[in-house]
Amino acid sequence: MLDPTMIELSRWQFALTALYHFLFVPLTLGMTWILVIMESVYVMTGKEIYRDMTKFWGKLFGINFALGVTTGLTMEFQFGTNWSYYSHYVGDVFGAPLAIEGLMAFFLESTFIGLFFLGWERLSKRQHLAVTFLTALGTNLSALWILVANGWMQNPVGAEFSYQTMRMEMTSFVELVLNPVAQVKFIHTVAAGYVTGAMFVMGISAYYLLKGRDLEFAKRSFSVGAGFGLAAILSVIVLGDESGYELGDVQKTKLAAIEGEWETHEPPAGFNLIGFPDQEAQQTRGAITIPWVMGLITTRSVDEEVKGLKDIMLENEARIRSGMRAYDYLQRLRNGDTSEANIALFEETKADLGYGLLLKAYTPNVVDATEAQIQAAVKLSIPPVAPLFWSFRIMVAAGFALLLIITLGFYYNARREIEQKRWLLHVILWSIPLPWIAIETGWFVAEFGRQPWAIGEVLPTFLATSSLTVNDLIFSLVGFIGFYTFLLAIEIWLMFHFARQGPSSLHTGRYHFETATPATEY
Amino acid sequence: MLIDYETLKLVWWLFVGVLLIGFAITDGMDMGVGNLLPFVGKTDDERRLMINTVGPHWDGNQVWLITAGGAIFAAWPVVYAAAFSGFYVAMLLVLFALFFRPVGFDYRSKLGDARWRKAWDWGLFIGGAVPSLVFGVAFGNLLLGVPFHLDELMRAYYTGGFFDLLNPFALLAGIVSFSLLTMHGGVWIQMRTTGPIIQRVKTWILWTGIAAMSAFALAGIWLSMGMEGQAIVTQPALDALPDPLAKTVEIVPGAWLQNYHDYPITWIFPALGFIGVMLTIIMSRSNRPGWGFFSSSLAISGVIMTAGIALFPFVMPSSTHPGSSLTVWDAPSSHLTLTVMFWAVLIFLPIVIAYTVWNYRKMWGRLSIEEMHQRTSAY
Repeated sequence: MLDPTMIELSRWQFALTALYHFLFVPLTLGMTWILVIMESVYVMTGKEIYRDMTKFWGKLFGINFALGVTTGLTMEFQFGTNWSYYSHYVGDVFGAPLAIEGLMAFFLESTFIGLFFLGWERLSKRQHLAVTFLTALGTNLSALWILVANGWMQNPVGAEFSYQTMRMEMTSFVELVLNPVAQVKFIHTVAAGYVTGAMFVMGISAYYLLKGRDLEFAKRSFSVGAGFGLAAILSVIVLGDESGYELGDVQKTKLAAIEGEWETHEPPAGFNLIGFPDQEAQQTRGAITIPWVMGLITTRSVDEEVKGLKDIMLENEARIRSGMRAYDYLQRLRNGDTSEANIALFEETKADLGYGLLLKAYTPNVVDATEAQIQAAVKLSIPPVAPLFWSFRIMVAAGFALLLIITLGFYYNARREIEQKRWLLHVILWSIPLPWIAIETGWFVAEFGRQPWAIGEVLPTFLATSSLTVNDLIFSLVGFIGFYTFLLAIEIWLMFHFARQGPSSLHTGRYHFETATPATEY
Repeated sequence: MLIDYETLKLVWWLFVGVLLIGFAITDGMDMGVGNLLPFVGKTDDERRLMINTVGPHWDGNQVWLITAGGAIFAAWPVVYAAAFSGFYVAMLLVLFALFFRPVGFDYRSKLGDARWRKAWDWGLFIGGAVPSLVFGVAFGNLLLGVPFHLDELMRAYYTGGFFDLLNPFALLAGIVSFSLLTMHGGVWIQMRTTGPIIQRVKTWILWTGIAAMSAFALAGIWLSMGMEGQAIVTQPALDALPDPLAKTVEIVPGAWLQNYHDYPITWIFPALGFIGVMLTIIMSRSNRPGWGFFSSSLAISGVIMTAGIALFPFVMPSSTHPGSSLTVWDAPSSHLTLTVMFWAVLIFLPIVIAYTVWNYRKMWGRLSIEEMHQRTSAY
C-alpha cells in the first residue's frame, strides 16, 4: 500500500503548482491578442504611438511570460515524476495531445516570441506583425491541446481498457479531439484569459488616467482593452452556461456537488442560490432556491430531471459492486484464464472497473471488500460538496462583477467621458485581481469537482501517484514553495516597477518622466 | 493503418532519438553558452553579448526538450513513468535548475544594478550546467541498469537512492555530455561574436573537446572491459501487444557491444563522435567556426546514437529485475497511438524546422558590443 501522507502531499503539490502556473497562462492568452490588435493598428495607420503601445505592453507581457514558461516546465515533468501510475495507465491517450501540443503549438509560440522581443530591427513591419500573430496563435493552440487532454480526464471518450497491456488505450483520435467537454472548456478558458488581459490593460491605463499622465497613450490602450474585454466577458459567461449544459450531460456528480443538491426533485429543478452544504448529514441547510433555473441551464428543458447526490450515490454503489466483479475477472485474465466466457464477463463489467478500484483505498484485493468498506467507497465516490459549492459561487460572482465593470468602462469610454468618471477608474484599477480570483476558483471547481477521480470513472486519484516516499515529497515541496515564492516576489516587483514607469521605460524620449530625467541606457 | 506495428515501434525509437539529438544540438547549444558565461565573459558587456547570441532562440530550443518528454509520454508511457519517478530527485534538480533560464534571460538586463545582473549570470550558468551534466549521468545509469521493477499492475517501483546515481561510470558519462555541450556552445560563441571574447572561447573549445574525447574513450574502454549488459532470451512476437513482464532476460558481460559485433556498420556512430570533436577543434583553431558548429553537431549526434545502439533494443534496463527491463518492443503505446503520433511528427516537425531556420536567418550575423548598444531591443 502507498503511504497516504505521500498521496496527500502529491495532490497538494499538483494543485499548488497547477494553480501557480495558471496565474501566468491566462494573462498570456489575452495579452498576445491585445498585442496583435495594437500592432495591426500600427501597421495599418503607421502611427508610432501604437508601436510604442505594442512594445510597452509587450514588456509587461514578457515579465509574465517568463514565469509562464518556467512553471509550465513543472507541469510537463510532474506527470512522470509524481503521477507515474497515471502516466502508465493513460499515457496512450493522454500523452498524445500533450506531445502534439509541443509539436504544433509550443514550438510556434516559443520560437516566435524571441523575434517578437528582439526582432524589431531585423524584421519589416509586416513580418513583425506576422510574428506577433503567430505567437498569439501558438499560445492559443497550446491551450486547445492542453484542454483536449484535460477534457479527456473529465470525460474519457474514445478510449478503452485493455487487459493485455493493463492500461487505457485510444480507440478514436477524432472522438478524443471532438470531446464536447474539451471544446466547451477551451472557449470558456481562453475567453477567461482574454478578460484577464483586458482588465490588466484597462486597470493600468486607468492608473495613468488617474495620474493624468501619458493621456493619449492611456486612452488608446484603454479603448483596446475595453472593446476586447467586452467581447471576451460575454463569451465567458455564455460559454460558462454552455459548460453547465455539458455538465448536466456528462458530469452529473460535479453538477450536483456545485449545486449542493442532495435530492432528485420533480423537474424543472430549482437553483440553490446560497446555502450551507453538510456532507455528513447529506443535506444543504438554509438554502435559498430560485425555481426552474437549474433545470433550464442544465437540460435546456422544463421536463428533464436533474439528479441529486443521494441518487447518484445509489447508482455508484451498484457500479462498485459490478466493479468488484470486473476486478475479479481481470485477475483471472491476468492469471491466464483467457477463456471466451471469462473475456465476455470482463467486457460486460469493465466499464465499472474504475469503481472497483475505489475499493483499493480500503483493501488491496478489492474482491474481498466488506459491506462497510463498500459503503465507505460509496461515500468516497462523490467530492466534498462545501468547497465546490462556495468556489463556484465566488467564480460566478467575480464573473458578473467583471461584466458590470467592463460594460461601464466600455460605455463611458465610447462616450469619451471615461476621464471624468474617476470613481470608475478607481474601481477598474482595484479590480485587476478579479479575473484571477474567477480563474483560480474556476480551476478548483473543474479539477476538485472531478474527485475522487484522476480520470473520470476510470482511475481514482489515490492510485495514480508514483511509488515515492514522504521524504521525496518534502524535498520537492520545499523546493517548489521556495523557488515559486522567490520568483513571484521578483515578478510582482518588476511588474509594479515597469507599470509605474509606464511608456517612459521604452526610452523614446516622448513620455512622462522623460523630460525631467534623461533616459538611462541599459 | 498504413504501417505495421513492428515497424512503427522501431520508427518511434528513431523519432525519440531524433528529438533527443534535436534537443542536444539546439538547447544544448544555449546551455553550453550558459556553462561558459561566467568564465568567458569578463565584463558585463561581454556576458550580455553572449546572452544575446542565444537570446531570440533559447525558448524555442527548449521546446525540443519538452517535446521529447511529451513524445516519450505518448509513445513509451511506461518508460516516462518509470524514468521520471525513478530519477525523482535528479529530475527535480534539473527542473529547478531550468527555472533559472526563462527568468535569467528575460529579467537580467531589465535593471542596471551590477549585483542583480551577476546573480542572474550565475543563474544562467546553473540552468546550463546542471542539465548538461545530469542528462549524461542519466544515460550512464541506463547503461548500468536502473534499480526498478514493475508489479503485476505495471506500477513502477524504484529501489535505489539518489546518490547511487552518482557512481563513477555515470559521472564519466556526465563529463562526456557536459564537456561536449560546453564545446558546442563555445563554437556558437566563436561564430556569433566579435572581439577578445573569441580568443578566450577558442581555448575553452580546445580543452572541453579534449575532455569530451578522453571521457568518451574511457567510457568505451570501460564498456569493452566486460561491463554487464543485458540480452533477451525469450520474448513474445515483436508485433505483440506490449507486456514488459512477458520476456526473459539474462545479464551478460559485454552485452552492450553485441550490436556493434553483429552490425559492424554501427561503428560509424562512435567514430562520428571522435571525428566530430576533432574536426570541431581543427575548425575552431583555423577560424572556421561555421564548420566547427556543424562538426560539433555531428559529434553530439554520434555520441547519443552510440549509447542508443549499445542499449538497443533496451531503452531502460532494470539492474535488480532484468525481467522488468523496458524495450523498444514492449514499452510502446498502442498501434493507433503510435500511428497518430507518427503522422503528427511527420507533418509538424518539418514545419517547425522550416520556421526555426527562418528565425535563425533573420537574427543571423556576428554581434558586436557596439551594435548591441545601438539596438533598442536586446536582452
